[in-house]
Amino acid sequence: MNLTLKIWRQKNTTSQGKMVEYKVNNISEDMSFLEMMDILNEELIVKGDDPIAFDHDCREGICGMCSLYINGEAHGPDRGITTCQLHMRKFKDGDTIYIEPWRAKAFPVIKDLVVDRTSFERIMASGGFISVNTSGNTQDANNIPIPKDDADEAFDAATCIGCGACVATCKNSSAMLFVSAKVSQLALLPQGKLERERRVLNMVDQMDKEGFGNCTNTGACEVECPKGISLSNIARMNREYLRASLVKKD
Amino acid sequence: MSELKSNIPEGPLADKWTNHKNNIRLVNPANKRLIDVIVVGTGLAGGSAAATLAELGYNVKAFCFQDSPRRAHSIAAQGGINAAKNYQGDGDSVYRLFYDTIKGGDYRSREANVYRLAEVSANIIDQCVAQGVPFAREYGGLLDNRSFGGVQVSRTFYAKGQTGQQLLLGAYSAMSRQIGRGKIKMYNRHEMLDIVKIDGKARGIIARDLITGEIERHSAHAVVIATGGYGNVFFLSTNAMGSNVTAAWKVHKRGAHFANPCFTQIHPTCIPVSGDHQSKLTLMSESLRNDGRIWVPGKKEDAEAIRNGKLKPTDIKEEDRDYYLERRYPAFGNLVPRDVASRAAKERCDAGYGVNKTGEAVYLDFSSAIMRYGKEKAITEGLGNISESKIKELGKKVVEAKYGNLFQMYEKIVDQNPYETPMMIYPAVHYTMGGLWVDYNLMTTIPGCYAAGEANFSDHGANRLGASALMQGLADGYFVLPYTIGDYLADDIRTGPISTDLPEFEQVENEVKDRLNKLINNKGTHTVDYFHKKLGKIMWDKVGMARNERGLKEAIEEIKALRKEFWENVLVPGDLNEFNPELEKAGRVADFMELGELMALDALERNESCGGHFREESQSEEGEAMRKDDIYAYVSSWEFNGDASGFSLHKENLNFENVELKTRSYK
Repeated sequence: MNLTLKIWRQKNTTSQGKMVEYKVNNISEDMSFLEMMDILNEELIVKGDDPIAFDHDCREGICGMCSLYINGEAHGPDRGITTCQLHMRKFKDGDTIYIEPWRAKAFPVIKDLVVDRTSFERIMASGGFISVNTSGNTQDANNIPIPKDDADEAFDAATCIGCGACVATCKNSSAMLFVSAKVSQLALLPQGKLERERRVLNMVDQMDKEGFGNCTNTGACEVECPKGISLSNIARMNREYLRASLVKKD
Repeated sequence: MSELKSNIPEGPLADKWTNHKNNIRLVNPANKRLIDVIVVGTGLAGGSAAATLAELGYNVKAFCFQDSPRRAHSIAAQGGINAAKNYQGDGDSVYRLFYDTIKGGDYRSREANVYRLAEVSANIIDQCVAQGVPFAREYGGLLDNRSFGGVQVSRTFYAKGQTGQQLLLGAYSAMSRQIGRGKIKMYNRHEMLDIVKIDGKARGIIARDLITGEIERHSAHAVVIATGGYGNVFFLSTNAMGSNVTAAWKVHKRGAHFANPCFTQIHPTCIPVSGDHQSKLTLMSESLRNDGRIWVPGKKEDAEAIRNGKLKPTDIKEEDRDYYLERRYPAFGNLVPRDVASRAAKERCDAGYGVNKTGEAVYLDFSSAIMRYGKEKAITEGLGNISESKIKELGKKVVEAKYGNLFQMYEKIVDQNPYETPMMIYPAVHYTMGGLWVDYNLMTTIPGCYAAGEANFSDHGANRLGASALMQGLADGYFVLPYTIGDYLADDIRTGPISTDLPEFEQVENEVKDRLNKLINNKGTHTVDYFHKKLGKIMWDKVGMARNERGLKEAIEEIKALRKEFWENVLVPGDLNEFNPELEKAGRVADFMELGELMALDALERNESCGGHFREESQSEEGEAMRKDDIYAYVSSWEFNGDASGFSLHKENLNFENVELKTRSYK
C-alpha cells in the first residue's frame, strides 16, 4: 500500500518543530509500524536527508521505549498494544497518517518523536521501592504467605511498562496511572505495607514537582494503556494518600 | 601472552564458595566510601550489581543506552527463573540443579562456577520476594512452580509470561532507592565506547552522551561490564534492536579474553521471518512445547502446495503428517532440548518439507491438546456425551488460560488464529553462551574489569537451559560480584580518586573521537542496515545452526571483505554533536563485523559438535551431534593481538571431578 505520513520534526529541545509530509510506497500489510518507519528512514538517509528519530528497542511490547502518538492516539489505533506491536494491516492504501511525539510539559522533546521521560525516573527514586538491602539472609520466600488474589492484583499493577502513554493521552498530562500502579503494587503486598505512608506521600510530591497535571477521572489513560492498567489503581492511590496524610507522624 | 588463572578455590565442590567467601579480603564501610565502581548495563546483572554495590557503600556510576534502566532487554524474558528451593518436594536439590546445568551445557562449563550458581539460586527468590516481586502463588498463599525444558523437577518460579519484567523491575526499584540516596549516579542515554587502563588496571571508560553527542571521561577503581549478549551479530534475533557487543568488544580489544564466541543458542520456537522488511524476531515461549505437537507434511508435494497457497495445513490428513520430533526422539518427543529441536526443524526444511511462503517454517499444532483438554474438562464437569465441537470449545478455554497471551501475540503479528490453524514457527538466534572470559571472581583478564550476566561466558557451557539466564544474571549481580570485587578493591583503599586528566584518558578519548569522525565523514553510498543485513546473512548461512569447515573459511573471507567495504562505503547521516541513532548503530555494526570473524574462527577451531555448536563433520550416522571430549574439553579463550595479527587461542582445560561425562541421548 501507499501512504502519506505527516510527521513531527523538531531538531532539538529548544528549537521549534513542525509537521512535515512524507510519502512511502509498497508497504506490506505484514510489516510492523516501526518497520514502515525503518523503510522511510532508509530512503531518507540515501537521499541525504535527516532520518526521523524515534524511540524503540525490544520491538515486542515490553520494554516501554516506543512512544508514538498516531492519528491522535497513543500507540495508534489498536487496543492493548505498544507502537511496535501495531501492524500495517490496521491501515488502508492511500491513508494519511499523523505521527507525533508524546506531548506533556514533563516530557520535553529531545528530537523529532523522542521525548525525555526522566521525570518518571525521579518519581521512582522518590519512593518506588521497598527499603530492603541485598542479603544472603533474608527470610525464606515462603515465610511471607500472600493471598493469591492480592498477589494477582499486585502483579496486574506491576505490569506497567512505564511508557508514558497515560500521560500523553490525558488532557491534563497527569501521571496518576503510572504512579498509582507502583503505589498499588507495593501497598497490596505485606512486604510493602511497612513504608506505605512515606512512599505515597513522596511519590505524589515528586509527581507534582515534575509538572504533571491532576486527574479528573476521564479514564482515557486506562483505555490507551498498552498493559490495561486499571483506573482503580488511581482510586487506591487516592485512599493511600488520604490515609497517609492523616496518620503521618511528622 | 597472558596467563589464564581460573582462581577456583580449593576444597570439596560444595564448600568452595563458602570457603572462598571466608578467605577473601573485605573493604571496611568507611573505606568503601572512598571507592568508585562503574557498572555498564542495567539489566538483571548490571542492575542488581549496581544496587548491591551501592547498598554496601561504594560510589556507583551506572550507564545504560536506553532512557531508563528499566528498559534493558532482560525485561523481555518470558518463562521463569530456576531455583533449587524444592518447594514441591519432588526431590530437587542444589546438586540436581548443578548437574542439570552442567549436562544441559553439554559439559563445556566449569563445575565450580555452576555449583555456586545452583547454591545461591534459592537466595535469589528470597531476595526478590522481599523486594516485592509478585511471583505467581497458589491459593494457600505460597509460591507456585512450573516445569521447564526437559528437567525432571518443577523448580521454575514465574510471574505469568513476564518473569523477566518483574525481576528487572525489582532490581530497578532497588537501584532507584540508591539513586534517590545519591549512592548511584545514573547515566541514562549514555553509551560506553571504550575502556581506559592505567598501569594495566581498568580505571575508567569513555562514554558518549547520546542526547548531546558529547564524549565524556569517567573514572573508577573498577569497571563492571554487564551489557548482555551479542545475538544481533545475526541481524535478525530475538534481542532488542539496541542490544550490542560494543562494550564487551572494546574491553576485548584492550586485553580481555573472549571465550567460546561460537556458542550461540538458536531457540526453536520463534515466529518465522515474513519478508525482507523484518527488523527482529519474536520468541514464543518454550512452555508451548508442553502441549503443541510439531510437524511438517510427510509428502513433498503437499509441502509445496502449502507454500503456494493451494493447500491449508488443516487439509493435510493425520497419516500424511510427519511429527518428526516424535518420530526421531520417541523418549522426549516434542520436549527435546532447544539445540536438538532447532536442528531437526532445519533438517526438514532443508530437505524441502518446510511450510510458509519462504519454506522456512514448521507447524506447532495445538489441535490434539485442545481435544485432550476438552475431553478432560467434559469428564470433570460431568457433561457426558457431548459433540466434538463442544469438546473443542471447552478445550480452547483451557488452552487460552494457559497460553492466552502468547496466542494473542502470535495473532497480532501473523494475523492467523492459532486456535484454528497450527502456528508456524522457526528457529531464531536467542542467546549467546560465549562472552568475556572471567575467572571464578568474575574478573576478566584485565585486572579490575569484571563481566556479569550474559556478557560473560561462565555458566552455561555450550547450551543454556530454559529459565537459567535470569538465574545467572541475578546470581552474578546480587550474590557473587559484590563479594568478589571487595577482594580486588581492598588494594585501593588508599588510592584516592582517579583523575580523568591522565594522559591515558586523553589518548583513548582521542581514539574514540577519531573513529566517530571517520564514520560520520565517510559519506559513502550504503546505510548501516545494508551492511548489517549482509553480515547477518553470512552469519546465519555459515555460522548458524550447522557449520562446516568450508563454510566457515568462506565466512571469514566474506566478513573481512564486507568489513573493508563497510569502512569504505558506509553512509552515516547527521552530526556528531546531536542525537544520532544512525551513528550509534554504525559503531555497533562495525564491532559486530569484527566479532563475526572471531565467531567463525572459533567455530572452525572446534571440530566437534556440542550443545548449540554443530559441526557437520562431527555427527553420527543418524545425524546426531558427536562431542569429542578427549580433544575439546576446554574453554576456548581468545586474545586479541592487534588489528594486523588477529587473535590467538588459549585453552582452559575443564576438569570434571564430580560428574561423569556422558553422551546426551533423547531417543
